[in-house]
Amino acid sequence: MSGSVMTWPILSVTTFLPTLGAALIYLLARGRDEAADRNAKWIALWATIATFAVSLIMVARYDGANAGFQFVEKAPWLAATINYHMGVDGISFPFVILTTALMPFCILCSWKSVSKRVPEYMMAFLVLETLMIGTFSALDLVLFYLFFEGGLIPMFLIIGIWGGPRRVYASFKFFLYTFLGSVLMLLAIMALYWQAGTTDIPTLMQTTMPRSLQMWAWLAFFASFAVKMPMWPVHTWLPDAHVEAPTAGSVVLAAIMLKMGGYGFLRFSLPMFPDASLYFAPMVWTLSAIAIVYTSLVALMQEDIKKLIAYSSVAHMGYVTMGIFAGTQQGVAGAVFQMISHGIVSGALFLCVGVAYDRMHTREIAAYGGLVNRMPIYALLFMVFTMANVGLPGTSGFVGEFLTLLGTFKVSIPTATVACAGVILSAAYALWLFRKVVFGDLTKPALMGIKDMTAREGLLLVPLAVLTILFGVYPKPVLDMSAASVDLVVKNYAAATAAVKAAALLH
Amino acid sequence: MTLILSRSYLAEQAKIFEYAILVLLSTTGMMVLISAGDLIMLYLGLELMSLALYVVAASNRDNAKSTEAGLKYFVLGALSSGMLLYGASMVYGFTGTVNFAGIAAEAKTGNIGLVFGLVFLLAGLCFKVSAVPFHMWTPDVYEGAPTPVTAFFASAPKVAALAVFTRVALTAFPGIMMQWQQIVVFVSLASMVLGSFAAIGQTNIKRLMAYSSIGHMGFALVGLAAGTQEGAQGVLVYIAIYVAMTLGSFAIILTMKRNGQPLESISDFAGLSRTNPAVAFFFAMFLFSLAGVPPLAGFFGKFYVFMAAIKSGLFVLAVVGVLASVVGAFYYLRIVKLMYFDEPTGALDPMRVELRTVLAVTGVFNILFFVYPAPLVSAASLAAKSLF
Repeated sequence: MSGSVMTWPILSVTTFLPTLGAALIYLLARGRDEAADRNAKWIALWATIATFAVSLIMVARYDGANAGFQFVEKAPWLAATINYHMGVDGISFPFVILTTALMPFCILCSWKSVSKRVPEYMMAFLVLETLMIGTFSALDLVLFYLFFEGGLIPMFLIIGIWGGPRRVYASFKFFLYTFLGSVLMLLAIMALYWQAGTTDIPTLMQTTMPRSLQMWAWLAFFASFAVKMPMWPVHTWLPDAHVEAPTAGSVVLAAIMLKMGGYGFLRFSLPMFPDASLYFAPMVWTLSAIAIVYTSLVALMQEDIKKLIAYSSVAHMGYVTMGIFAGTQQGVAGAVFQMISHGIVSGALFLCVGVAYDRMHTREIAAYGGLVNRMPIYALLFMVFTMANVGLPGTSGFVGEFLTLLGTFKVSIPTATVACAGVILSAAYALWLFRKVVFGDLTKPALMGIKDMTAREGLLLVPLAVLTILFGVYPKPVLDMSAASVDLVVKNYAAATAAVKAAALLH
Repeated sequence: MTLILSRSYLAEQAKIFEYAILVLLSTTGMMVLISAGDLIMLYLGLELMSLALYVVAASNRDNAKSTEAGLKYFVLGALSSGMLLYGASMVYGFTGTVNFAGIAAEAKTGNIGLVFGLVFLLAGLCFKVSAVPFHMWTPDVYEGAPTPVTAFFASAPKVAALAVFTRVALTAFPGIMMQWQQIVVFVSLASMVLGSFAAIGQTNIKRLMAYSSIGHMGFALVGLAAGTQEGAQGVLVYIAIYVAMTLGSFAIILTMKRNGQPLESISDFAGLSRTNPAVAFFFAMFLFSLAGVPPLAGFFGKFYVFMAAIKSGLFVLAVVGVLASVVGAFYYLRIVKLMYFDEPTGALDPMRVELRTVLAVTGVFNILFFVYPAPLVSAASLAAKSLF
């Protein structure tokens, strides 16, 4: 542990700094006038930037060769056995950085598009950031659950208050779906507590559970993470939530909240329930393969830009689940990379949609066409992200898809074959979308006067485009950061399942 | 063990002089009830509490609904008291003592007459905590009684009755736990399910809170059904948190007045976040808390009772319970939706100081419970230990 060089609880500071910002907004930005709105925006922006800065200090201090947990903090909390225990390792740390890095973009992209109840909006996002960072860095199951579920409240409000026309339906569906999945996980957490006498995650990873408990607990955790992920067939809340949420809400949902599911599988399902993971892996592969092909086909039929991207998210998450449960080094490393890459790319795609939406106030694909004539810079950036979404070599999307497919190929050739078809389909829908929206002749009268991106919008999209290409060409930073921990997970999983496999061979 | 919070603010709203005395008398009854060590004291406390409550329920005597509520409560309450007394006498007949410790010593054998007595005793107590199938009076009384009285009904008597329920079951009848556990499991299941589903269709906020309270009693009884020390601790944590949530919610319902007229329809909450953001925020937090969403206090209540249930192997009860809480979340969210997503219908009267105080205290407790939960949890743990 790097505890000796640490003098202040840097991880807690990162986690709770946004909430401090929210409290400041509450205290300083009262009232319903212009000034209050402006103050709220600036406080929110500075809070998220400060959080990002602190997380960069963590990056500097992070030891990539250490597979264990770093920046560990522990304090008594609920009872003797349930502690406030925080820490990050190679699996969670990339997600923490992803969260802190994307939040300033979310605040910036709402700068002009949100005009009602601005202070509340900013507070909701800041609280949400705390809860998301907390989810990734909690090392106690109860604490994890607290952050994981707590995120529902601000997201429910964000969709419901600032969302589109069907926001009420979408927000209820989002809340009830995820809540239903999570309460079952809560019961499993309790069962684990009575089995092991603790909810401490590192301790539980060392504990060998009886097989029957593993099965039930695996299913209960699966119920929660599969909904969150979301996996086919429980993905139906996602298109609704994405479409109705304001742009920043969609970005957070797609880029960060979906990753909680994948993170959960990596953090809990594989290390704690290896037997069950092995047993259920074929089921997960099947569901993933169906998700990849089916939702890609559904995406082809969409008329709403956001809905199309939402379905493509489901398909991309299919690669993640497939890679994780392949249990191979490439599969798991690829899954982590795919999640990070998808976080950047899908977030950027939603930002692109937001740029167009702010001008035209519609997300109908049919309402656009020929944007390249009026918005060349926008077209260029949109193209970068579309190509990354397709998985073109040279973009970050390729690395993740390739590694997960490679990892899966080693254990299940049929799954990998079907999933490969998804790559083609994703090219079909993404290119179709791009052609409809950006290329063609500029015939729609409403589009004649549309302006290219402003400096603020450029500031949003250019860094993400740079990252997309950088990670596509040079994925080493992310892979190195997670490598040690991924190896450990894969090694433990292989060791734990080797016995089961050997027993199966004997019979 | 005394978890009753002082409720003096209620007395300030009394229009009649007797009101304060009645509330205090009833509170005395609850104290007696909670500290009862034998069946006679239990009955005395229960009756003292209930008789005062019957009158208080009907205290708004010019209002037909209030009178009806009082009468209904009285008739059904008297019946349940009768059952309880009948059960107590049977228990006395078969064990020869009314002392809890004495009964526990005698009741190891679990003979059939004793079980009959126990069933009647529990029926009487279930009525007082308004658990299914003895819940019928709750919505009518909640709706009919003046709102401050409803707030009182929803909190203190429930705490007292639930506390004594726990005490009787665990100290007097540990020997025949198998028998009463079945009853409590059923009652708890039925209460959770009915409370969740029946509340969906309600349009009156007080009726909704009534069904919600039925559901919450079901959740609290999950802890008792476990029949363990963790379970008792869970029940105590649950009711303490429940009281805070309920009082806060009723403080808000009490503020819902326009031109001096109280508003009780759920649709009156529309757009509250615009006209009265602080109240709306607190109410939303109470509703999320009642739904059991972390990190609010209500989550910890549910956490402890389900924890106990899982330990005792009551998996079905736990699964049905959490599913019921998802259904319950739906109707709580409906109110949040009205407050935050819809347009306001009109301004409200300003909030009175004492209500503000109650709201602030309970609201802060609710939101910040997770920061420092240790005092309540360890107090409940100590109290639970004393029962074993």
